Amino acid sequence: MDHAEHRQDHAKQPKIAALDVPELYQCVHCGLCLNQCPTYRVLSLEPESPRGRIHLVRAAAEGRIEPNARFKDHLYLCLLCRACETACPSGVQYGHIAEAARELLGPPGSPRVRRIISLALTQLLPYPARLRLVARLLRFYQRSGLQRAMRSLLPKKWHALDSMLPPVPKHFFTPNGNTFPALGERRVKVGMLNGCVMPLLFGEVQEATTRVLRRNGCDVLFPANQVCCGALNIHNGEMKSAKEMARQNIDAFLEAGLDAVIVNAAGCGAAMKEYDHLLRDDPAYADKARKFSRSVKDAAEFLAGLGLVGKLAPVDVTLTYQDPCHLAHGQRVRAEPRKLLQSIPGLRLVEMEGADRCCGSAGIYNLTHNEMSQHLLQEKMQSIAATKAAAVVAPNPGCMLQLRYGSRQYGPPIEVYHLMDLLDLSYQRAGNSF
Amino acid sequence: MNRDALIRELRQIVGENYVLVEKEDTIVYEQDGSIFQVMPEIVVLPGAVEQVSAVVKAAKQANVPIIPRGSGTGLAGGAVPAEGGIVLSLARLNRILKIDLDSQIAIVEPGVVNLDITKAVAENGLFYAPDPSSQAACSIGGNVANNSGGPHTLAYGVTTNHVLGVEVVLDDGQIIWLGGEVPDTPGYDLCGVFVGSEGTMGIVTKVAVRLMRKRESVRTLLAVFDRMEPATQTVVDITAAGIIPAALEMMDRLTIEAVEGGSPVGYPRDAEAVLLVEVEGVREQTEHSMNLARAICERNGAREARIAKDEPERQLLWKGRKGAFGAMGVLAPNYYVQDGVVPRSKLPEIMKRLAEISVQFNLRIANVFHAGDGNLHPNILFDMRAPGELDRVIEAGAATLRACIELGGSITGEHGIGIEKKAYIGLLFNEADLNAMARVRRVFDPDGRFNPAKLFPTPVSCGEVRLQQAQIPAGLWI
Repeated sequence: MDHAEHRQDHAKQPKIAALDVPELYQCVHCGLCLNQCPTYRVLSLEPESPRGRIHLVRAAAEGRIEPNARFKDHLYLCLLCRACETACPSGVQYGHIAEAARELLGPPGSPRVRRIISLALTQLLPYPARLRLVARLLRFYQRSGLQRAMRSLLPKKWHALDSMLPPVPKHFFTPNGNTFPALGERRVKVGMLNGCVMPLLFGEVQEATTRVLRRNGCDVLFPANQVCCGALNIHNGEMKSAKEMARQNIDAFLEAGLDAVIVNAAGCGAAMKEYDHLLRDDPAYADKARKFSRSVKDAAEFLAGLGLVGKLAPVDVTLTYQDPCHLAHGQRVRAEPRKLLQSIPGLRLVEMEGADRCCGSAGIYNLTHNEMSQHLLQEKMQSIAATKAAAVVAPNPGCMLQLRYGSRQYGPPIEVYHLMDLLDLSYQRAGNSF
Repeated sequence: MNRDALIRELRQIVGENYVLVEKEDTIVYEQDGSIFQVMPEIVVLPGAVEQVSAVVKAAKQANVPIIPRGSGTGLAGGAVPAEGGIVLSLARLNRILKIDLDSQIAIVEPGVVNLDITKAVAENGLFYAPDPSSQAACSIGGNVANNSGGPHTLAYGVTTNHVLGVEVVLDDGQIIWLGGEVPDTPGYDLCGVFVGSEGTMGIVTKVAVRLMRKRESVRTLLAVFDRMEPATQTVVDITAAGIIPAALEMMDRLTIEAVEGGSPVGYPRDAEAVLLVEVEGVREQTEHSMNLARAICERNGAREARIAKDEPERQLLWKGRKGAFGAMGVLAPNYYVQDGVVPRSKLPEIMKRLAEISVQFNLRIANVFHAGDGNLHPNILFDMRAPGELDRVIEAGAATLRACIELGGSITGEHGIGIEKKAYIGLLFNEADLNAMARVRRVFDPDGRFNPAKLFPTPVSCGEVRLQQAQIPAGLWI
């Protein structure tokens, strides 16, 4: 073999300025992220590790490698769980690096899959009415017998995806720009993100969250012009539409004059707290985005800070808590949800092994990378089973869907709750229902 | 055998997915935790000992170098393929094979992460003692190769004191055991020869490690100083007072700035130095030692001497220390860490010299070190993209090592020689010493194919040393 030839073989590609983000130069290659990365833990391959991916992006930025299909595979096998950011002693914001790379690469998958994803991200997510229509069609598909009929017709690789479809409920949560007044003494006025999936699949969680906030002295406003937060767009290389959605949300919430913007979906909260980064180069919105991002609070973070008021009745259950990645790693909110859970009398919280490790849901990752997703889910279900808990709490819609699917598919048979479900239940039992 | 035939054979041995040849894969393996970069031609990840043996045989037949790699956290370029060839990653061999609680030993594969051993036995009151700062990521195989130490080396010794035996694959593919599962095997201590051999003798495929029992009480004290000199003097005074700390660690102002800027733990940012003192033992004794250590700190003018009140606070104090290297990215895009050693009594003197070197070369130096055993870690901060800066960095690094030797010390405490310090090993050993070592190496690796161009100086002549230094920037792709 000619070693010399290999060593000369560099700097042939053009440099790529779009990839040359400042975060790259904070990574000193120490490797402390490796063992915290779900894909590295499974594969033991460094190109599937945070340090490896940062190295790849830097090499592409410097024109040493081409951002080709192989490169893209490595960048998209990442779940964007950001566990590496928690592990990083240098505070490297890996998420920003990966997002910049994905913006350059565009959505994942084959050309056909890319078109579908792109269409969904740009033509569906920003339009609540279209989302409701699709949800109604899905409900029809599930209840008309069509789903059962299709099972024998669908190609085998679609079976898994089809079986992951959650049942669509009859009623959606449509607040129509209403304000729900505080009960008892009014303490603050907050706005709430309704989002894309939450009002359709988790309308009851939206209602529960609203009740809990009102019970704690919040006027709860759902600004009418809000849209989906755009997190999925940011994570899948559709930055242009993401920025439009961010601007629309900023306008909708800022003009309402709120004390805080409350989000009960971890992925959305993390994305909205980073609108300031997303719009940093937009002269008209950079300042507004900074102001907006500072006002965003996860529901648990907000309530723990505000301090719960009112009587909580016992809820006799043993449960374990799954840290949504974008709550624990993305927002560094870990103690607050646990604190709220433990304030409910009779509730026993048992920690599972690796509670802050990704369940494999990761936005649309469970659809685009089903094999890795299922591997991580099976590990997660084993950790949950080992706690012998009857329920798991995961305050994020993606995690909840994934864990419900995991329970059906692999066991153990457990209930999956949002944190707000349990607080609401406890309040209701105490006779404060309304 | 040509390259394609070799790749085909390797794929047959370990499977398609675990032979990496595309540049978008192999480039990730061009660097470890150091600043050296050289591209491997092939990366292979065997999943079983027999596969390691078959890979070694294939490489021998093709006459290609083999560079073993664990987690790639090493700081001396030990896992960088200096002459190209096959990087043999042991990352997939990551199972804990056996834990014998009564005998206090464990048998693990080389890819097992250091901290995972302790995690596996913690509920039984045991732990694995050598604790490099990278212990959440570094592999046991890498620890064996570098004879790694850590903050608790002061009380527990280094890796070689905790490895009872190793299974190794020799250059002809034979799989043998050196040492065993009991503390003392007769004959040559060949296990001891392998520990610290930096991958130049063969591939370690299993490690029998000693497990230690946790002490009844562990107490940690954080002392804050407004000047460096009284801080280093405190280190000397604490040991002189008869306290034997389990760890005695120092961080200077720049390091505090890095830690607090990255993942803050609450070290005061305006201090010149903080000192971590840890004692272990029975409760009455640790109580006494802590109070004595606090009194010494205060007598030497510490602004604050605080004993961690509970385990979370203790963990937090250590988290800053353990993340200090990684946090250097807060201060500069690159850091070059040295690993010199001086006798403890020379600490005040060497810190003065380091400050002079910083001024002389116009480079910031962040110090974080195992003060108790005089093991320094000056981190020279720089930006590889600035023209000419790297040359100055390398000269400044050499100056720190020369200063250590002048004060009666050594050029490496625990990071190993690797690529980084092979030009300086001649400062420490004479030609006869080095020849003796080279002869031992040739017994195990007659063709010189295991991790070549490491550890030993390329035959020492002034001309070649200069050439070596000039080569480093060329190999470092900027």
